[in-house]
Amino acid sequence: MSLVSLNEAEKVYIIHGVEENFRCDGRSRQDYRPLELEMDIVSNANGSARLRLANSDILVCVKVEIDTPLPEAPKDGKIEYFVDCSANATPAFEGRGGEHLAAELSRFLCLAHGPVFNLSKLCIVPGQSCWKLFVDVLILECGGNLFDAVSLAAKAALCNTSLPNIVGTYEDGQNIDLQISDDPFDTKPLEASDLPVLVSLCKIGNSYVADPTIEEEICGAGCIVVSVTPKGNVTAVLKKGAGSFMPDTLNEIIMSGSHIGILLNKALNETLIQDMSSNVCKQQYGFLK
Amino acid sequence: MDLLSRQGLRTDGRRSGELRRIRCKMGVFNQPDGSAYLEQGNTKVVAAIYGPHEIRTNRAKAPNDSAVINCQYSMATFSRSERKRRPRDNKSAELTLHLKQAMATAIKTDLYPKSQIDIFVQVLQSDGGNYSVCVNAATLALIDAGIAMEEFVISCTSSLANGETPLVDISHLEETMGGPSLTVAILPISGKIAMLETSQRIHINHLEPVLTEAVRGCRYIYENLNKIIKKHYEEIGGALNWGTEEYNI
Repeated sequence: MSLVSLNEAEKVYIIHGVEENFRCDGRSRQDYRPLELEMDIVSNANGSARLRLANSDILVCVKVEIDTPLPEAPKDGKIEYFVDCSANATPAFEGRGGEHLAAELSRFLCLAHGPVFNLSKLCIVPGQSCWKLFVDVLILECGGNLFDAVSLAAKAALCNTSLPNIVGTYEDGQNIDLQISDDPFDTKPLEASDLPVLVSLCKIGNSYVADPTIEEEICGAGCIVVSVTPKGNVTAVLKKGAGSFMPDTLNEIIMSGSHIGILLNKALNETLIQDMSSNVCKQQYGFLK
Repeated sequence: MDLLSRQGLRTDGRRSGELRRIRCKMGVFNQPDGSAYLEQGNTKVVAAIYGPHEIRTNRAKAPNDSAVINCQYSMATFSRSERKRRPRDNKSAELTLHLKQAMATAIKTDLYPKSQIDIFVQVLQSDGGNYSVCVNAATLALIDAGIAMEEFVISCTSSLANGETPLVDISHLEETMGGPSLTVAILPISGKIAMLETSQRIHINHLEPVLTEAVRGCRYIYENLNKIIKKHYEEIGGALNWGTEEYNI
């Protein structure tokens, strides 16, 4: 995935560090690297967030459009996830190089959010029109642990999203014409605080670590990604990479992931609340910081 | 709606010869060898440079005596007000080629034989003049990467309002509802033109004033970016004691 390559001695060093519960950057096995989050980065989107997890840099934008619901689910809205692995992140993503990773990420994000996200909130007129959310993820730099970073950024962007209010409707026979408010502040926020975040746990040697760096991902034998809601419920699990797990270890990893997920959700929710309460004359930094 | 009001103001309140606000930052990312973020008005771009490194693509076709320049122009799906389905399409393939040609005129490729320089630009938000901002951002990123160049490559756009007044640094609105738009990339010290493109037919009598205005815009951007770059390196150099006896030891 990236340009990093390690020799045997470096791998042994990392593995021994994990065994001692003291990783190369001084973290313990359960610790995360510093996270930075900024909201409202892209002005022409309905919601956006930029997240930096150490060197991983993710920009997520949510746009809404009016669409017709599917015939089998007339009372539900739609949500579509799209991940673009920019070549800026690593030259390996150039052209179609990042497509496999992008497909895996968007599919799993869809799977993780599916059981929790209430699509009926996006309904406008049952069977006629609904909101369609486009969650566009752009990976600008990858410093390991993309799944966690993408899910955190996606949740933050969805929490930042607000749907325009509908001020009037015109009925013309079977067709219903909707009139959307022109005022950019006449919106209602999308409730998304109960969405799950993903927690990746990478198996290195006999133990497993949270928030693996690229180097640790190379040393690791397989990785389990657990999707955890704020209450600690697990909505999806994915095993990625080569390597195999014993059923007992798997159980232990999922339990531990669920525990970390609760803490991660709590930290994110606190940050989001803090961000919303300081909305007045907030300093925008974007990429200029 | 007129592009230029009777008072001489454009739709966003600028006068015909005024450019949009320029803000930039060099070295936004750690992993690439050079990177830069540049915004001109609401057009926002990040550029990343990898290299010079060994040739990875098309090793057989690579020249023996100079570097291969590899570009990719990509536009985020959310960058425009209407969502795009794909980040890279035919239009971006064309812009990739133009970008490569413009940057190749300035990079001293003969200093890096048997190696490759990757230039990746990503449009985060688009509001007219995407190509120009990408060229300027790529120049900044190349400087950040420390790659030898003849001089800067600076690009700017201009258009014609009411069939007589040239407008510099046009926005998306002016691009779509205005007259012919012209994009030019120049090497500002020697004044050579590295790339020139017009969007539609333009009367030969109008070409000269429109081109002059675009070149004037380029020079303005050059002066601005040069100042920012000098300040950036003063800050870096200040921290490392560049130019002092301490550093020389």
